[in-house]
Parts: sequence; C-alpha cells; structure tokens
Amino acid sequence: MATAHSRTAARLMLAPATVLLLAWMLIPLCMTLYYSFRRYRLLTPERQGWVGFRNYENFLTNPAFRDAFVNTLILVVGVLIITIVLGILLAILLDQPMFGQGIVRILVIAPFFVMPTVSALVWKNMFLNPVNGLFAYAAKGMGLQPYDFLSQAPLASIVGIVAWQWLPFATLILLTAIQSLDSEQMEAAEMDGAGPLARFRFITLPHLSRAITVVVLIQTIFLLSIFAEILVTTNGGPGTASTNLTYLVYVESLLNYDVGEGSAGGVVAIILANIVAIFLMRAIGKNLDA
Amino acid sequence: MSRAITPRRKAVNTALAWALGLLIFFPILWTVLTSFKTEATAIADPPVWFFFDWTTENYSVVQERSGYFRFFWNSVIISVGSTLLGLLIAIPAAWSMAFVPGKRTKDILMWMLSTKMLPAVGVLVPIYLIFRDTGLLDNVWGLVIVLTLINLPIIVWMLYTYFREIPGEILEAARMDGAGLRAEIVHVLTPMAVPGIASTMLLNIILAWNEAFWTLNLTAAKSAPLTAFIASYSSPEGLFYAKLSAASTMAIAPILIMGWFSQKQLVRGLTFGAVK
Amino acid sequence: MGTITLNQVTKSFGDVQVIPPLDLSIEDGEFVVFVGPSGCGKSTLLRLIAGLEDVTSGEIVIDGRPATEVPPARRGLAMVFQSYALYPHMSVRKNIAFPLRMAKMDKAEQDRRVDHAARILNLTDYLDRRPGQLSGGQRQRVAIGRAIVREPQAFLFDEPLSNLDAALRVGMRMEISELHAQLATTMVYVTHDQVEAMTMADKIVVLRAGHIEQVGTPLDLYHQPRNVFVAGFIGSPTMNLIEGPEAAKHDAHTIGIRPEHVAVTDDGPWQGTVGVAEHLGSDTFVHVHGTGLAETLTVRVPGDIAVRHGDAVRLTPDLACLHRFGDDGLRL
Repeated sequence: MATAHSRTAARLMLAPATVLLLAWMLIPLCMTLYYSFRRYRLLTPERQGWVGFRNYENFLTNPAFRDAFVNTLILVVGVLIITIVLGILLAILLDQPMFGQGIVRILVIAPFFVMPTVSALVWKNMFLNPVNGLFAYAAKGMGLQPYDFLSQAPLASIVGIVAWQWLPFATLILLTAIQSLDSEQMEAAEMDGAGPLARFRFITLPHLSRAITVVVLIQTIFLLSIFAEILVTTNGGPGTASTNLTYLVYVESLLNYDVGEGSAGGVVAIILANIVAIFLMRAIGKNLDA
Repeated sequence: MSRAITPRRKAVNTALAWALGLLIFFPILWTVLTSFKTEATAIADPPVWFFFDWTTENYSVVQERSGYFRFFWNSVIISVGSTLLGLLIAIPAAWSMAFVPGKRTKDILMWMLSTKMLPAVGVLVPIYLIFRDTGLLDNVWGLVIVLTLINLPIIVWMLYTYFREIPGEILEAARMDGAGLRAEIVHVLTPMAVPGIASTMLLNIILAWNEAFWTLNLTAAKSAPLTAFIASYSSPEGLFYAKLSAASTMAIAPILIMGWFSQKQLVRGLTFGAVK
Repeated sequence: MGTITLNQVTKSFGDVQVIPPLDLSIEDGEFVVFVGPSGCGKSTLLRLIAGLEDVTSGEIVIDGRPATEVPPARRGLAMVFQSYALYPHMSVRKNIAFPLRMAKMDKAEQDRRVDHAARILNLTDYLDRRPGQLSGGQRQRVAIGRAIVREPQAFLFDEPLSNLDAALRVGMRMEISELHAQLATTMVYVTHDQVEAMTMADKIVVLRAGHIEQVGTPLDLYHQPRNVFVAGFIGSPTMNLIEGPEAAKHDAHTIGIRPEHVAVTDDGPWQGTVGVAEHLGSDTFVHVHGTGLAETLTVRVPGDIAVRHGDAVRLTPDLACLHRFGDDGLRL
C-alpha cells in the first residue's frame, strides 16, 4: 500500500542489493558449472577441453568422496545431537534462579566468539596433544596411557571441537525460547497434576520445537561447510579419516590444482546443501507470516 | 515465577551452573592464563594454575616476530569495511521491503536467504580464479567485497526485522510533514532504527572477524587477517604454547568483548528473526 | 482556500475495487466526517486525499488546483494519525517543529509557531519531553500541534480518538471541535463512531463498501436518513427497523422508528414482554420482544420506569417520526 512514487523509489533502493547478490550467486555458479564439464588443471592450463561428465565420475567414484560424504554426515549429525541435548539441559539449568546468572551466561556463550582457527589450534595443541596436552597430563596423572586423539580418533575430536564452538549458540537460542514460555501454562500444568518430567515432556519440549528446528537448520548450514577446524587440526587426515566435502573440494581444486574436478565437487556440494536448504526455507518462511 | 525458591535449591543451581559455565569457558581461560607464562611453565607437568611468574613477554615477542598488528588491522579493515559497505547497500533495501512491500517481497527475502545457503566451496574455484585474474587475490579490498556479499543477506534480514517493528504511520507522518525520501530515511527512520542498526553492525563485525573460509583461501602474506595469522601457527610454532596463547588471546579478545554485548541480538540475527 | 473536490475517484488494490467512482466536494472551513463500519473505505478515502495512496482513476482538486499527481508533502495538508505517529526520538518541541524544519523555515519563526501551538494546546510545560513520557491525551495534542503549525489548507484526522479511553475521548472531541471553531480551517475526520460524527461534523459522509450512502448535516441524517443503512447506522441506540406485516400496514417494506419515538403506554398498537430493562438513571432503555414481530424493539424512556424482565407492556410509536423504506432500501 503506497503510491507509485514510493514504489518506484523502493524498487530503486532494492536494486543494488538484489543485483549484487544475483551477480554473486549466478556468475560463480555458472562458472563452476562450466568448469565442472571441462578439463582444467592449473598446472597444465593450456590443455583444456570439454570432458562431459568425466569430472563428476572422477569425483563421485573417488573413494575419498564416499569417506568425505560419510564424514560430513557424522560431523553434522554428531555436532547437532551433542549441542541440542546439552543445549536443552544447559538452557533449563540457566533458566533457574541462581546467583550470578548473567556471568554464567557470559561464560557459556564465550566459545561462540572464538574464531575457528584459534579454537582448533588451542584444542589441538594445548588439550589434545599426546605429549604436552592437558588431557595427556590428566591421563598420566591417573596412571593411564595418553591417547593421541587427532590420529586415533580424528573425526570424533573434530566433532568435539566443533560442538564446543556451537554449544553456546544452541544454548542461547533454546534459553531465549524457554524464557518466552508463559509461566501460567506451567502453573496450569502443575495444577493439572503434571510432575516435572511430564511438564518437560508435554509443555517445555513442544514449546521448544520451533527453536530446535531453527537450531538444527541453521547449524546444518554452517556445519556442512566446516573448513578451518579441519585445515588446522588434521588436514583431513590421517588419510581421509577427517576429510569432509568442503575440505575435499578444497584439496582437489587448490592443492591438486584440478579445477575441473574441484568444480564438479562444488556442484555436488551445492546440490546436497540445497536439499537441506529447502527444509530450512520452509521452516523460516512459515515464521515470516507469523 | 511468583513462587519462593528454597535457598538450598538456589545454591545447588548456582553451584551446578557455575561449574558447567567454567568448564565450557575453561579452554579460553586456560589460553589466557598460558599466555602469561614462560614457555617452560606453559608445558609444566603437572600444569601450573595461577601461581607462576606472570610475564607479558609473549605478547611483545608475538608482535615483534610476526607483526601482529598488521594482521589485526587487516581484520579490522575487512570486518568493519564489509559491515559498513553491507549496511550502505542493505538499509535502502530493507527500507523498501519493510515499508513498501510488494507481491514479491517475501520471495525476494527468501531468495536472498537462499544465497546464504550456497556452500562457499561450491563457488571457491571461480572466485579464486576471478580474484587471481583481477589482482584481488591477497588484497584486503577483495575480502571486503566477498564478506560484504556473504553477509549481505543476514544484514538485510536483520534490518528488515527491526524496520518492521517501526510503525509505517510514522514514516507517512514524515511524508505528510514535507519530508522527502532522503529526509524520511535520514531524520526519521535511521534514528528510530539506531538500536537495530547497531546490533546488526555488531553481529556482522563478529561474523566477518571470525570468517575462516574465504579469509584463509583468498589471502597470503600481505592481506591476511587474524584467522590466517593464527592458522600459520599450526606448525611448528604451535608447540610454543605461551606464544600461541598470546597470539590467540589477542585475536579473540576484541571480538569476545563485542560478542558479550551482542548476545541478545545474536539470537535474533542468526535465526533471521524466527526466535526473539 | 481549503476546498477539496473529488471527481470520479476510484481506488483498486489489485483486482479489488475498494472505492467505486465517487464524487465529493468539501467546502472551505467545513468540518467533514467520514463515517461507516470498518472496511467501508473511509480511511482509504482519506489516504487518497492525503496522497499516501495513488488514485486508480479520477481527479482530486485541492484549493482549486489539481492535486492528483502531487506528492503528499506538497498538498498543503496536515494529518493526525490513529497511532499519533510521533517521532519517538525527538522531543515534543522537535516533533512539532519537524514540518517547519522540512520546509526550511528560519529558526526564530519555527520557535514562535511552536510556542504558539503549544500555548493553544496546553503543551508548554512538556516541550522538552519525549513522546514516550506523555499520556495518551498529551500525545494526541502533540500530534495535533504538529499539524497546526504548518497552517495547512486542511487537516486530515484518521480515527484520532480511537486509542483513548472513553473519558478522554469526550474531552478531546470537544477540544478538536473548539480548535476547528478557532482556526476555521477545513477538517476531514474519519471515524467509525457515529457519536463522534454527530457531535463534531458540519457535514457527515456515510460510507459503505466504498459507496457514499448519504451526505448531509448530522440532523439531516438523523431526521431524513436516505436509506435503511443510514437509518440503522446513525443514532444511538439504533433505530428499530421492522419488516413484514407491520411495515405493510404503512405501505412500506421496512419501517423505522427511533427508540426515543416510542413510548410505553397503557394502551397502544404494539404489545410485548420486556426482555431487559437497562436503567441508566437519566434514561431507561427497555428491550421489548414484540408480540407478532420478529424484531426486538428498543424503547427509550426518559427518567426511570419500573419495568422488569417478563413484564407485559404496550407501546405507542410517534407516527410523525416514522420512517418508511421501500424494498430497495430507499426512503419513501
């Protein structure tokens, strides 16, 4: 509802953002698609040509792809489960009356603001290192053999580090949601004879469902493209034990200089992300109407 | 809650929450503590907690050897620059979508969000090649551009949710009072939206500061921000725990402080207004 | 001066025509009230005049000059919004001065006009406060102040009193009427409250579904409603409208009689039982289920009358005040 004049102005003011984003999306996307059907290696750039689906074949049949695919899934699902379960428990705890609530909140939220390279490096060297890490000291202190986390359980270690980074996000959002729960509803349930567990099951959890959906979907977007943590800690290894899709594409294109196969991998990553995205857009789109 | 909580229960809550809070915070605390130790104390077994000879030597060493401030400035330019540029583009866009919504406004918003879901790695190759060919590789302004575009959807969305809370009648009143479009945005909308714009800015600086895909892949020595600087500690300097800690502390301190101020907006910004 | 003329103005949102072709002229200095049920298009009509919406077709003439294409800021109109639309980040003084600042008026003149308006509106003590620190009535006055400093051709009011509580509303109603008497500027006022329309207007425009049902002075509308809709809309309590055989006796499809024109008498042509008697002190509203009538009749009796639920009563209408309507709803 407005005048033609303001609508024209509105269109003009919307244009820069739209055009820029459109360019940002379409140009590289088309180029990725283009390269994905080309032979193009940065070491031998003169030998270019169309290769049909060869790059896709190579990428998809590469044993590393299967590993990377599975690793990506484990990484995403593992982190989601850890952060949501712990996040709900923490959020409920933080919602209780206590002394110094504000400070505890600050402590809990802090890891989210630590840049990925720092958290990866600190965990790798100061905690997980089998010689000088704190965990090694702790193991020795209890008379156990120090465990070399990053070589023995590289993926699990990365899941742990990433979960530490994202737990604050989940907690904060779930806490916000819990705090918006109408306390009269809780009291009504209590009057109706619901015990604490029943109240959690029938009141709190349904109330949190929307926030949980949002956490799942948004974290998934970010978790699909975990990169720095892997680069800094394990370089995807040993072998491909901790390589995810993002890291694999990086290896193909910028380490193996195979632009063609890297692009094919990029297209695959886009398709997979889109499948997730469709669900996210639906969930958020619903909230737009509310 | 109107009901009285027993002091005992409150004490238990407090103890439990503080214990967990400290546990989660511990890696950061440990890093900060270690940054004030000598290298020998840093790897002492059993670990030394608070009672050691505090030294700030590591900080000066980090600065001298690797020129910390160069990276710091790159981070500042990249995060602040991309945020300001993003706001400049996003404020008019959010204005038009919030106050002159059309039939396609919702679609445009959703589409903008969808660009955010394009995995970075999917376009890594072309962006890398474009940057290589245009001289933007290892150039802070190149990163400013990339991060502006990456975060533009979030900025637009956050502003949009804030703007929508401003009643349209006030802007109409300004129009009736003789304000042109520019005066309407400058004198009425922007001052009213200052809190929203500020939190958008804060959150976006944080996101840009910590962005660690493009900053790692598109920079080398010259324009590297702190993310890349820290990554370079991966080996073998990583074994010098005290210096690693000092560098890490310096890299995260500014943003940690900003982050604590923005925690409320964080929820709203990162969930695109779905959770407030 | 402040004349406003609409010629064949229409407005559509997409395929939906909310204002069918409409003609209206508003004289200089007139207090015109647009009244009608919600969704009747009265606010849209006001916004068309303001220029906040484009007309789909037709022409708007303000002060003798075509204004259809003129942006709102240059139509010389001032508007008071339902939500007051005060700028929360500005002091009262700055709020009132804003249109003057936009007009690049010099500072001394701005101050003079703001002080003058503040004096008229009893806002002098509040000039340095923010809108958030004011009561509803004070905010309303600031909104009016912001409108009057511009010395506009005409004022537009969009349901300005609907956010105030009942007592305040009566007070503001009188203040606005008095302001109109003082300024003698054209005012166009939108409301859904027919009491506001009756008490304030020089001329009432009754709207339904974008159509003008009747234009006239409050008493015209009261005494000579042009159709059933206006008859039922104007007046409180609403007019008793009776269809069927009773109407046929008067050669009409529908007959209307206002509650104040029916008396409770010992004899009388209509009889019934009392449903509810509402004792207001000054008046008693008796709701009677008439025998042989589908409708419940409302009767207004001055003072107090001792009737209760279930009492049998007889009613006498004042036939001089009977309204007759044909089957097309129009007055006969």
